[in-house]
Amino acid sequence: MSDMLFDIFEPGETPLPHAGDEVAVGIDLGTTNSVVAISRQGKPEVLRDDKGRAIIPSVVAYGRDDEVVVGHEARNLILDRPQDVVSSIKRLMGRGIEDIKAVAGQLPFEVDGDATGMVRLKVAGRTLSPVEISADILKAVRAQAEAALGKKVPKAVITVPAYFDDAARTATKDAARLAGIEVLRLVNEPTAAALAYGLDQGAEGLYAVYDLGGGTFDVSLLRMEKGVFQVKATGGDAALGGDDIDHMIAELFLAERGVTSLDAGRVKQALMTARVAKECLTSRSEGEWMLEFDGKVSKHALSRQTLEAMISPLIERTITICRQVLEDAAALPEDVKGVVLVGGSTRVPLVRKRVADLFGTQPLANINPDEVVAVGAAQQAEALTHGSDTLLLDVTPLSLGLETMGGIVEKVILRNTPIPAALAQEFTTYQDGQASMMIHVVQGERELVAQNRSLARFTLSGIPPMAAGAARIRVTFTVDADGLLTVSACETTTGVESQVQVKPSYGISEEEMAEMLKDSLEHAKDDMAARLLAEAKVDARRNLLAVRAALSHDSDLLSPSEREGIDRAIATVETACEASDREAILASAEALETATKPFAEKRMDRGIRKALAGVSMDSLEKRVGE
Amino acid sequence: MNIEAHHTDGLEACVVECWSCKGPASPRALFCSVCGAVQPPRPMDHFQRLGLMPGFDVDQGELERHYFGFQRRLHPDRFAARSAKEKLMSQQQAMALNEAYETLKEPLKRAAYLLKLKGRKADAEDSAKPADPALLMEQMEAREALMEADSAEQVQAILARTESDIAFAVDDLSQAFAAECLEGAAKLVMRLKYLMRLSDEARGRKSRMTRGTL
Repeated sequence: MSDMLFDIFEPGETPLPHAGDEVAVGIDLGTTNSVVAISRQGKPEVLRDDKGRAIIPSVVAYGRDDEVVVGHEARNLILDRPQDVVSSIKRLMGRGIEDIKAVAGQLPFEVDGDATGMVRLKVAGRTLSPVEISADILKAVRAQAEAALGKKVPKAVITVPAYFDDAARTATKDAARLAGIEVLRLVNEPTAAALAYGLDQGAEGLYAVYDLGGGTFDVSLLRMEKGVFQVKATGGDAALGGDDIDHMIAELFLAERGVTSLDAGRVKQALMTARVAKECLTSRSEGEWMLEFDGKVSKHALSRQTLEAMISPLIERTITICRQVLEDAAALPEDVKGVVLVGGSTRVPLVRKRVADLFGTQPLANINPDEVVAVGAAQQAEALTHGSDTLLLDVTPLSLGLETMGGIVEKVILRNTPIPAALAQEFTTYQDGQASMMIHVVQGERELVAQNRSLARFTLSGIPPMAAGAARIRVTFTVDADGLLTVSACETTTGVESQVQVKPSYGISEEEMAEMLKDSLEHAKDDMAARLLAEAKVDARRNLLAVRAALSHDSDLLSPSEREGIDRAIATVETACEASDREAILASAEALETATKPFAEKRMDRGIRKALAGVSMDSLEKRVGE
Repeated sequence: MNIEAHHTDGLEACVVECWSCKGPASPRALFCSVCGAVQPPRPMDHFQRLGLMPGFDVDQGELERHYFGFQRRLHPDRFAARSAKEKLMSQQQAMALNEAYETLKEPLKRAAYLLKLKGRKADAEDSAKPADPALLMEQMEAREALMEADSAEQVQAILARTESDIAFAVDDLSQAFAAECLEGAAKLVMRLKYLMRLSDEARGRKSRMTRGTL
């Protein structure tokens, strides 16, 4: 445990109220499967259900009467009630209807959504957003963790694909809110895997993490050294994964059967058979599978050789991305000391072969590729709540920029910039007397706005009349440690300001979110109140700590009566912190601030006098004269 | 005594107010010496921020050691269980460290920044100043050769030559800064910028060729 995190706390004081009971887990919210783990005293453990299973299939079945079934049971319902079952919802996180048109033919769902909003699914007579469906998965994950631990699990680190854009990250955080989980941090999946791998194996040097999951592909290049995990470059494809292999096999089988149009149920059935075939062919060289519906049975033989020829272009896409990431990091394949495989799809023999060919080294898979991400997330959750000596330094996966004249993107933050990051760029007006400026935030690598993802639009208004080109509009992009973006704009000659928390265009509005929280979460209000109370206590304790430190340092500045006043104010805050009245805590903290104000002024006075004493009269005059 | 008045007379460099205990703190301190609260990043140059001597020659190992050392103490992950204000301060500190690290780790950015610190714009940023015609000619010819190269080997040869030119330019920059010759350094920054762009293009062309998309 790091002493640094605790060095300013008095003995017996803890950084959080009831820190002893605070449980924080790591959740790998996957396209196909989800896994939850916990780390205690540096020992990670995957949390299993009562049958000993770690994996929770990311499948949700919706029934009549608000029935929601998640996991293995839901997956078993795919054949009986295919129209009620949703799988691979992660592929639609943060997506708009326009985004999914390309894959709409393959989607075994009926989809809905207007041009600007997030896509909606029609399932079992309901209309649901991917955020709500993911929240249902997260609730089941949380329930499994709480059953295994025998206590409430209010906080978690949740992993996301490194290549997830801002919209998909925000959607994931919203899903957690709906599930009543406070997100300590969003961590990129390959980074979490590297953490787990590095801590377990003591790896040092430059490593690649190749993560091919059900629906997403990520590759990150990290340098691991003495507890520092520094991501050098990351790349990927948020719409490439094992699901695509299933689709290819299913299409082949259906074509062999001579089917042209199908309902959602048949597609799901074919996909399940395809998945079984894919998994069999990782260990066998050929096999035969059956499709049985509409009173007809068809047999489909498939060899590994045929499968590999079919999926080879998909695997090559991942290899090309690996090359790009190496180039971004200015590294050669031979610089890479080891390649860690993550995700179920890395069991495909062709994947292992191509990865080994590129890096010239046998990839490492000695930690279960299904569990390694959750384990890393759990270790990060422990680090964030209880302190740690390890440090994760991650980067932005995609460039962030603004639309300029002619639909061209001006990049403000380049991909692979270490986060948190804040960068600003200056723009100017292009018309005389222009009073407002439209600011359009985009994400992606392409030159034209239309080829990138539109994240948000807002207007900076109230620019005073000036000649074209005279105004100085400073736009600042801030990416926090979760990879989430905030943009603010300011006219610097006058100080006119405008700020937005970028709520992606394809996201859920705050109003919708509030409505959902009200509808879906019986304890939402309690949870929120508990969180606000905890925050108020953390703040108040920070104040107490500061005042006590100041008193022990400078108490000679106070008269006995002044001291008495401050001591009384301290006692009031302490009493308030013992109870659960947030208003009382806030009021007592304010009273303490008022009571200590003259003391603070005296301390500043003395500090400045001391500093002045060290400056000779000469240089003082010089400074004043400047 | 009014604190605000002191900010205007140039003495803010000596004492600043700690946001947490409201007492005096050193403007260089990362943490308040009295109450231990993390302080916001104060105005200082990127070299000072990472505890390095200002200059063009930066030891990469030392740069990273310092950067990691500061991040270990200031990164937001260290403050996840703290108050909102401490989280914000640590985020700002980490952002300032990242900016300093990104600027100093690459020779081109470092040289341009150093020129700015010394009060001289790199020629590339000075739009009033025409580019050096000899440099322009050299670059046009190099680009032409790159476009005409029709095998991966030819592109590789151009890439290797460009990379060696880059290494020479970096050496020359080091000497120019050592001799305090800012005029020469500014010219070299311009040259390095062209060379870096050329090597990027060559690398892009090479990978498109090996992938067979060209």
